[in-house]
Amino acid sequence: MKITEEEKKIAIETTRQLLSTYNDSRGNLIPVLQQVQNKLGYVPAVAMEEAAAHFNVPAVDVYGVITFYNQFRLTPPGKNQVKICMGTACHMRGAHIIQESWERRLNIKMGETTEDREYSLERVACVGCCTMAPVVLINEEVHGKITPTRVDGLIFAHQLDKQKAKEGAAQDE
Amino acid sequence: MAETVTLTIDGRQIHAAQGEILLWVALDNDIYIPHLCADREEEHPTASCRLCFVEVEGRPAPVPACTLPVTEGLVVKTRSPQVDGLVAAGFELIMSNHRLDCKNCSANGNCELQRIAKTRKLRLKPKNLPVLDKNLPVDDSATTFAYDPNKCVLCGQCIRACRRSGNGTLGFARRGYLRVVTTFGDMPLGESNCTECGACVKVCPVGALAKK
Ligand code: FES
Ligand code: FES
Repeated sequence: MKITEEEKKIAIETTRQLLSTYNDSRGNLIPVLQQVQNKLGYVPAVAMEEAAAHFNVPAVDVYGVITFYNQFRLTPPGKNQVKICMGTACHMRGAHIIQESWERRLNIKMGETTEDREYSLERVACVGCCTMAPVVLINEEVHGKITPTRVDGLIFAHQLDKQKAKEGAAQDE
Repeated sequence: MAETVTLTIDGRQIHAAQGEILLWVALDNDIYIPHLCADREEEHPTASCRLCFVEVEGRPAPVPACTLPVTEGLVVKTRSPQVDGLVAAGFELIMSNHRLDCKNCSANGNCELQRIAKTRKLRLKPKNLPVLDKNLPVDDSATTFAYDPNKCVLCGQCIRACRRSGNGTLGFARRGYLRVVTTFGDMPLGESNCTECGACVKVCPVGALAKK
């Protein structure tokens, strides 16, 4: 995933600004990282380096924290955030197969974003509709009883919608 | 000058400075206790490998020797059915995701795992657990040494040595089964801020970090 120079600059500025309100006590590290993610949607390497310098720890330690907790993203989220439920019910009904089909279809791994930033993939814990297991959330929308062919269908439907929207926009002009 | 105390390890009377850590006292007196994560240079033991258990008189359960300061009249046994059970279980868990390739391993003959297996009559190859190979790529990018994460036992020795050397290149990342010793952003060592001082290679108790 490529991050533009512009994005890097914004990330550095945002992080510096957030850091300026905290002292260097290590207990502030996680709250700062959470705020960075709130603002940017993810925590880029440059932000981690800024934080490491501020708290006076090796950068690899900040990386360790970010990779330890599921709540942190290392890549910018896609326009469509695909969340695969890995709760017990979904797990039992083949969530890992669903995960594999998304990864294969989008050609990215869990936690990554497609190069065009259209989709990002992540795993979540039980989303509360176990009767429909296995479940996938696309943004806020719940999709139940997912099978690999339905994964293809969902992606296809999205692409159609996008095309229609584009044509609609063209007509409006 | 610290006060000297007398303690008993496996029936042997031993003199040591009050407050010294039992593990080092035992090792210095040629009593071997398995250990991977303990570090003489650190003040606070991480006590994460769970291999150094000993039986202490008056304590209901075995205690990690790397966390126990010695006191006057302390009576310890390095072996007991309970201790042996704990060590065997811990060792088997460690070996269940350690890539076994002693024949081609540079640590062969000088490996702490081999030593533990030999002194405690344990098998290197787990018999109750499947062996899971992480199958991570070997980092060959540094010029003087190579890092094979598949052999790493996550003792943290290299990380502490790396910090003491002032580089702070290595650290732990991820969680659970995916936990690894790595660099910032998983950069190859050759591209990281590693100066190849070799401190990590010197302390690695297994063959994960090895001179080329
Ligand atoms: S386990 Fe997936 S919705 Fe409950
Ligand atoms: S040496 Fe004591 S727990 Fe690792």
